[in-house]
Amino acid sequence: MTPILQLSGITKRFPGVLANDHIDLYLNQGEILGLLGENGAGKSTLMNILYGLYQPDEGEIFVNGESVVINSPTDAIQAGIGMVHQHFMLIPVFTVAENVMLGQESIKFGDFLDRTDASKKIFEISEQFNLPVHPNDLVRDLPVGIQQKVEIIKLLYREAEILIFDEPTAVLTPQEADELFAIMRSLALQGKSIIFITHKLREVLEVADRIMVIRLGAVVGETTPDGASKNSLAAMMVGREVNLVVDKEVKIPGEVVLSVQDLVVTDKFQNIVVDHVSLDVRSGEIVGIAGVQGNGQTELVEAVTGLRKNSGGLINLLGENITHATPRQITELGSAHVPEDRLADGLVLPFPTAENLVLCTYYKEPFSKGVVLQYQTILEHAERLVHDFDIRTPSALTPVSNLSGGNQQKVIIARELSRPIQFLIASQPTRGLDVGSIEYIHNRIVNKRDEGCAVLLVSPELDEIMELSDRIAVMYRGKILAVVDSRHVTKEQIGLMMAGEMPEEGFSAKEKHVVERTF
Amino acid sequence: MTSNSQVIKRKKIFEIPPARKLFMGIVEVLIALVILLVFVLNTEPQTLTTFVMTPGGIDIGKMADWVIPTLPTLITLTIIPALIGVYQLIRGFGRATNAMVGLSGLCLIFGFITWQAGGSSVNLAGMLTSAVLLAVPITLGAFSGVLSERAGVVNIAIEGMMLMGAMIGALVGSITKNAWIGLVGALLSGLLLSSIHAVLSIKYKINQVISGTVINIFSAGMTAFISQKYLQTNQVLNTPPLFTRIPIPGLANIPLLGPMFFNTNVFVYIMFILLIVIQVALFSTRWGLRLRSVGEHPQAADTLGINVIKTRYMAVLLSGLVAGVGGAFFTLGSVGRFNEGMTAGKGFIGLAAMIFGNWRPLGAIGAGFLFGFADAIGSKLLLLGSVIPPQIMAMAPYLITMIVLAGFIGKGDSPAASGEPYEKE
Repeated sequence: MTPILQLSGITKRFPGVLANDHIDLYLNQGEILGLLGENGAGKSTLMNILYGLYQPDEGEIFVNGESVVINSPTDAIQAGIGMVHQHFMLIPVFTVAENVMLGQESIKFGDFLDRTDASKKIFEISEQFNLPVHPNDLVRDLPVGIQQKVEIIKLLYREAEILIFDEPTAVLTPQEADELFAIMRSLALQGKSIIFITHKLREVLEVADRIMVIRLGAVVGETTPDGASKNSLAAMMVGREVNLVVDKEVKIPGEVVLSVQDLVVTDKFQNIVVDHVSLDVRSGEIVGIAGVQGNGQTELVEAVTGLRKNSGGLINLLGENITHATPRQITELGSAHVPEDRLADGLVLPFPTAENLVLCTYYKEPFSKGVVLQYQTILEHAERLVHDFDIRTPSALTPVSNLSGGNQQKVIIARELSRPIQFLIASQPTRGLDVGSIEYIHNRIVNKRDEGCAVLLVSPELDEIMELSDRIAVMYRGKILAVVDSRHVTKEQIGLMMAGEMPEEGFSAKEKHVVERTF
Repeated sequence: MTSNSQVIKRKKIFEIPPARKLFMGIVEVLIALVILLVFVLNTEPQTLTTFVMTPGGIDIGKMADWVIPTLPTLITLTIIPALIGVYQLIRGFGRATNAMVGLSGLCLIFGFITWQAGGSSVNLAGMLTSAVLLAVPITLGAFSGVLSERAGVVNIAIEGMMLMGAMIGALVGSITKNAWIGLVGALLSGLLLSSIHAVLSIKYKINQVISGTVINIFSAGMTAFISQKYLQTNQVLNTPPLFTRIPIPGLANIPLLGPMFFNTNVFVYIMFILLIVIQVALFSTRWGLRLRSVGEHPQAADTLGINVIKTRYMAVLLSGLVAGVGGAFFTLGSVGRFNEGMTAGKGFIGLAAMIFGNWRPLGAIGAGFLFGFADAIGSKLLLLGSVIPPQIMAMAPYLITMIVLAGFIGKGDSPAASGEPYEKE
């Protein structure tokens, strides 16, 4: 059988980088191919070539055995290739129907939109592939999971036969992800062929028929889910053995370090986004906050770090009332913050690495005397941290914007953890990082906990929360639904709570207190 | 699980920030207070106000004068904005917030005229007719802005394009002794300036506000130079023929509305034709859907095979054409000669009307009429011998603009990608 899609010898060079190195790949009809690789391994470049956003320097693309040249997304659509982008390509103020037909509109009387006809077609697709949507809903009113369905319908509307999913689960709850996998399987059953790009090992094992691993722009291996394990895939991806399970001893937590009582935070429209939250974090424990993004975690972190005004409640850190303290006062008490968005809030991108490493302490001895910065000291300090934290940078004077994502994150980790701290608040500390960097950062955080630091960890990645936390608090629509011991809870139970449901057996409100009282 | 994911909290469809809601409510209550304190309390009972309902110099579509008791009218005009304001403060009007502020403003203006003309008469029809004419450049400026911003390009150069259009229109009209050819000249000048704006902001990705400002400064300087050097010294070059009134048979006989809308300048007709064409084209055609997609999310449009760059060029050029018509109105439809700086900020007010009208032609024309009406009162006041200095009244439209824009801290339905150059990945 001729593969529906075949890439042969695809090579793409960017100045100084070989992004794709003679990649060969084939996809059979009705197959789900998992394309696994770290960030920066070249997956996205390859898919952008397939979608006409880049042109390859060498190599050929065959669709149904015929060589095709794809110079633009239009060519890709013509060839039957469609892509669900990681960041949805949907226009929020348009309706579902308008979004789906844009570029291939149903028209009548010359140039007038025929919305009825478009809705009918969408309805047929949504029936056939079990993707329920309402054509007249505005996209901005839809939850993320439904928006993704609209993206899929967009491709089916264009009669795409080859569907590329680029990191599709990044924005979904575990349940929504499972639903997506079911959709993908049913699409494959109905003859569509799928390339599923991800760096999540669990997902690729769960849904793919065949797995290809890419490292440093080249294919390093091919396997099937039956013949692979998380560990073997991780090793292929990173190029060495990776310890996926964090070694963590059971520890008895100490004194309460952070105490939040009845905290209320509102957004600029006066909507309550953090709804009477109470939470304790003790020394020597990691409390993980699980929840789908946008359920108040960001605002909670900003309130605790003094970045956002709160509208009610009390926050105590190390016995001091910091409810209305400034970020600097909170930092000087001995707290560290790894922010959610490292580019926006964690680093000053055009500044050299050395200066970024003293952003919390530059005004104090020994980094400055009076108003004069002591550059010699700052540089020595930077070189020591670059060595200790294994930050890969040409020099301490290289602007942080030139470093890779993983190394940028290490700069933040180094700056925050190298200070004498008693409280660490880490918000999505491994977002967008590769397996190797994740392993490193996880170990650093656990080390801090073992030293007696109190850690508040916020992450939408359930695996990360389950693995690191001693206790898990689930946030849903601004409230903490439950605080549970991570040893006595399953991923499924947490997943249900992330979607706002209390599991039937186990975690009633009463039981929740019992769990808490075990400490 | 679908039902679960659907309940996750998300933004409401149309949110008015509370500060803006409060601000608008206070403005409306203040308007009611002004009417009460200044007008109602200073009016004798039994006073009558006479409105003349036929503009001067019109033979068809005459209407009898309208005599109303001053005090009850003013009291009604106090109650309307007071009720609107209270409702706004308690519940809020949501999508209709702007329209309600506009209505309150109208009450204030109408109340002022009623009070001012108490015991005597005022030509209301004449005022309304001139308001329509004064609304023309503002509305055309707003349409010009809608076209360009809906495609994601901020066009602050409308003022300059209008000024240049006015000058070129006068010059070409004078030389050819034909108003239509003058109009074509104005169109071409708008096209030329907008193509410069398009190349600077789309191709070279220069900050769109700076590119627009540069064009405004260039136009002001260029027109002043040509005017001083040639037009003032050689009046033959500055006496273009004017478009005359064209009555539409039948419709022109309707009292009041006839003289206002159907026995008037060709520019008013153009304005209404453009209103329908742009409104329908933007929101009901494939062309409009693609244009708006480029202004909202150019990356998405690009992945669907829509040519973002080409669409933006087209929108900016069309915007320049409409601005050119707006400029021609000054010299060919209103004054009959070119004076330096004669657009007097109408292009900028047009942008304000565009924002006030939520980037929609229909809203923009409403705002245009409001501003035009305030303008018209300013000039009529002189004739009434008002205690309020005419300079203060001349400021009124700008004051309204400021209030309206100040209420817009949260921005309405502004196109998401407006002002952002498009770069391919």
